Amino acid sequence: MAEEKSEILQGTLDLMVLKTLDAMGPLHGYGIARRIEQIGEQALQVNQGTVYLCLIRLVQKRWITASWGTSENNRKAKFYAISKAGRKQLAAEAQNWERVSQIIARLLQLETRS
Amino acid sequence: MLALWNRFTARIASLFRSRDLDGDFDQEMQSHLAMLAEENVRRGMAPGEALRQARLRLGSRTQLAELHREQRGLPILETLLQDLRYAARTMHRDIGLTCFVILILGLGIGAATTVFSLTDAVLLRPLPFHDPSRLVWIANKDVDGEGLSGETVPVNHYKALLSQNRSFADIAAFSPFYRTGDDKLTGNGDPQRLTGLQVSQNFFPVLGVRPIFGRDFTADDCQFRWNSPKVALLSYSLWQTLFHSDRAIVGRGLVLNDTSVTVIGVLPQTFSFDSVFAPGNRIDLYLPYPLTDQASQRGNELAMFGRLKPGATLESARAEIAVLGPRIRRMDPDRNFQLLLDPLSEHVAGHLRTALFVLMCAVGVVMLIACANLANLLLARSASRRKEVSIRAALGAGRIRLARQMLTESVLLSCCGAAAGLALSWAGTRALAHLQAFRIPMLDGIRVDSVAVGFTLLLAIATGLVFGLIPALQIPGALGGGWKESTRGSSQSRRQLWIRNGLVVSEIAFACVLLVGAGLLIRSFLRILDVNLGFQPKMAASLRVDPSARYSTQGLRNAYFDETLRRVRGIHGIEAAGLTDGLPLGISRTWNLGRKDRVYTISDPPPPVFIRVVSDGYLRAMGIPLRAGRDLSAGDTATSPLVAVINESFARTLWPGQSPIGQMLGADRDRQVVGVASDVRHLALEQGSGNEIYLPIRQTRDYSSVDLVIRATVPLSSLATPVRRTLRELDPTIPANQFHDLQGLVDNAVSPRRFVVMLLAGFSAFALLLASLGIYAVVSYSVSQRKQEIGIRMALGARAGDVQAGIVRQTLMLAAIGIALGMAGSWALSRTLKSLLFGVTSTDPLTFAAMLVILTAVALAAGYLPARRASRIDPASILRAE
Repeated sequence: MAEEKSEILQGTLDLMVLKTLDAMGPLHGYGIARRIEQIGEQALQVNQGTVYLCLIRLVQKRWITASWGTSENNRKAKFYAISKAGRKQLAAEAQNWERVSQIIARLLQLETRS
Repeated sequence: MLALWNRFTARIASLFRSRDLDGDFDQEMQSHLAMLAEENVRRGMAPGEALRQARLRLGSRTQLAELHREQRGLPILETLLQDLRYAARTMHRDIGLTCFVILILGLGIGAATTVFSLTDAVLLRPLPFHDPSRLVWIANKDVDGEGLSGETVPVNHYKALLSQNRSFADIAAFSPFYRTGDDKLTGNGDPQRLTGLQVSQNFFPVLGVRPIFGRDFTADDCQFRWNSPKVALLSYSLWQTLFHSDRAIVGRGLVLNDTSVTVIGVLPQTFSFDSVFAPGNRIDLYLPYPLTDQASQRGNELAMFGRLKPGATLESARAEIAVLGPRIRRMDPDRNFQLLLDPLSEHVAGHLRTALFVLMCAVGVVMLIACANLANLLLARSASRRKEVSIRAALGAGRIRLARQMLTESVLLSCCGAAAGLALSWAGTRALAHLQAFRIPMLDGIRVDSVAVGFTLLLAIATGLVFGLIPALQIPGALGGGWKESTRGSSQSRRQLWIRNGLVVSEIAFACVLLVGAGLLIRSFLRILDVNLGFQPKMAASLRVDPSARYSTQGLRNAYFDETLRRVRGIHGIEAAGLTDGLPLGISRTWNLGRKDRVYTISDPPPPVFIRVVSDGYLRAMGIPLRAGRDLSAGDTATSPLVAVINESFARTLWPGQSPIGQMLGADRDRQVVGVASDVRHLALEQGSGNEIYLPIRQTRDYSSVDLVIRATVPLSSLATPVRRTLRELDPTIPANQFHDLQGLVDNAVSPRRFVVMLLAGFSAFALLLASLGIYAVVSYSVSQRKQEIGIRMALGARAGDVQAGIVRQTLMLAAIGIALGMAGSWALSRTLKSLLFGVTSTDPLTFAAMLVILTAVALAAGYLPARRASRIDPASILRAE
């Protein structure tokens, strides 16, 4: 469904979730969604629920782990944490992303000059 | 890669705990909502508004749950599981129908898998030897000879071929002139008769078989020098049963035929000469064949097979032999020597190809009938389920989705049937593998293996798709008018009826083809059982009584024979007794033998004649009628004039139109014909007798075995003990572990034919049953559809008899079309049966007529029941229901 439509977005969202967990430590779904919204300055105009589709994918790929715990205001919530394999993936993805974005940036510069 | 694999396994795992995961996700959403709402309240919203906003922010929970499930599991598999669960529920609800379908499929698939396993074992699987595709059977083709003598070659010809050919890496030989129980074993418990096979020293290496321990034969073993010890190799089963798997047996001496023989090794369990070359005759041990010049004097005694050299092909070998053969023949121009080369597998099982092909076709036809029947049943059920299907369609189920659901159901059914079928064929193949009396090669290797299971699985899926497809294709029509309960007389139900009639007609047609085929084979079989054997197997039995080595002269042996016959004839209940060197339906040897008063040349040789060396009383004991002259007598001894009895065919050949009594034969020496016996089918039931001559056993030394034949007036089983006791008194070393009913010989000879006939008859009966069920179902259905019409007609004055006749007429109409098609098909197909038939033509009118009657009768019976039900319809209740 949404999978085909936004392949880039999906990849991006995966990267964002991994990075968030890497930087902030274990976090519940709500926290992750909030964080991404803050950083992305509302650029991702999607439902917060979408983040869960990404989370289940990452859990199944064993890049993150999930366990039930208690939130800061004493509410039962599922906490996600990045795994070793997830860190490796993050590093690889980040590198890849940097390279691509450099290329794109260069390409765009070219276009403005002509 | 690892991540993808992890995800895949996780997705599959999630299918099995769907409910747990759904609850989990729901809880997660709940807490997310609560946190979001709290935040909104903190920002100053009213609690109600906060929750509403939170819901908007999170998105539709049902949609999220759906998407989450899709991400989590495998949607395709999930629907399949859903369909399977649904199908299982439906099957459970219609448990009667389900059992019926599984039973029919189980029988059909079981039969198919069994026949497939049989074909696989006999024809498809390579022979159990090393690189069997390079093994070639080399047979002599004697133009005018018959029997084994015509197919074998003498030692010197074999040696010449072995040394001069360039196509074969090696050629092995063995003597097929062995009889069951040729070798007498003494000194190891009770005396016993074993069956030994004489082979060339390279016999096992050519096949790629090595003794599991001990050594193989050497070239020396086959030279039979006076000072070298005699040796033997044991078969695995003999080693196991008689010598209790004792490894110390190697090097031990056995007393075989009163001479000492050293055991040099044991052959592997996987090697079985008999199951490949001589099904039904167990070989206990292997002995070297004397590859000497003296042995060559004995004439044609060796059967050969060779292993092609790398690079040589069957064609190149044939071309070489075509040139080499005539050169070798010049060694001995009197002897026929013309070699025929065939792949060994062809020699072993080629003659069964047609029979197995027919069986495979028959099973295929049975499966088609079963499919037609089940399609019909499911169609009837889909009609009764039309309402349910319409509701599901109205709720948004697509046509393809519904068709898939129905196909899932039918494939599930057929897979259940396949499971039942596998169990059946597992039992069936085990039973077949233990039928040792059957002369079918490699039967002991038959089993349900992975290939057969794969075949069954494919068959099950194909079957499920075939019989599920027709009901599934009916769905689109069901959508339109389905809402209305009754669609009486609509084009829809008429179309269905048309399809159902078509299915029944094809069932009848297929059943007809099968019945005609089975009928022809059954008639052939009966003809064969009816054949005049020339002897009476009932109430007769045989026993090996070879004189032991201590009867060293002909005089002593004759005295032994006299005494044996005298004592056996004295036993109460024995009407006649005689001796022979060869029972019918066993092996036969021929001589070329003519009149004394005629000159024969190479281009005009004397006719071949089967030699039987017998004693007085043999003809009576066998029940062979004497046509003229006298029987051989105890007085025909080495010192009296040489005499012989010949059969009618031989009399006709040598002295057409004259009495042969008193005429002289130019045999081994001159012999006078003293009697004429009737012809005996000695080779096979299907084959005429050919020329035969009976020589008095007391006038020759040319016999290699002696069988005692008795004719009894009391049950045979009660005679075994007294006969054995009598013989033991005479010679305590005589083995008496065999006492064969002669009827057994005949049964064994017809066993492959009986096997095919029984299977085919079983398939046909099953097909007939299926077809009659099909007719019954369709006629019943059409009666239930036309209930109102019939009720109204009866209310208007139609009589019950008229209604009944109308329905029976409709049934007969279907049957007539089916039979017409089936008869035409049989007419065209029965030619393939030709080689299996005996005494009937492939278009035997009697068989065709009988099948016509049977099918019509069955159709009538199947149509009569629903017709009677229709005639009992109460018009009043029908009209009230309107």
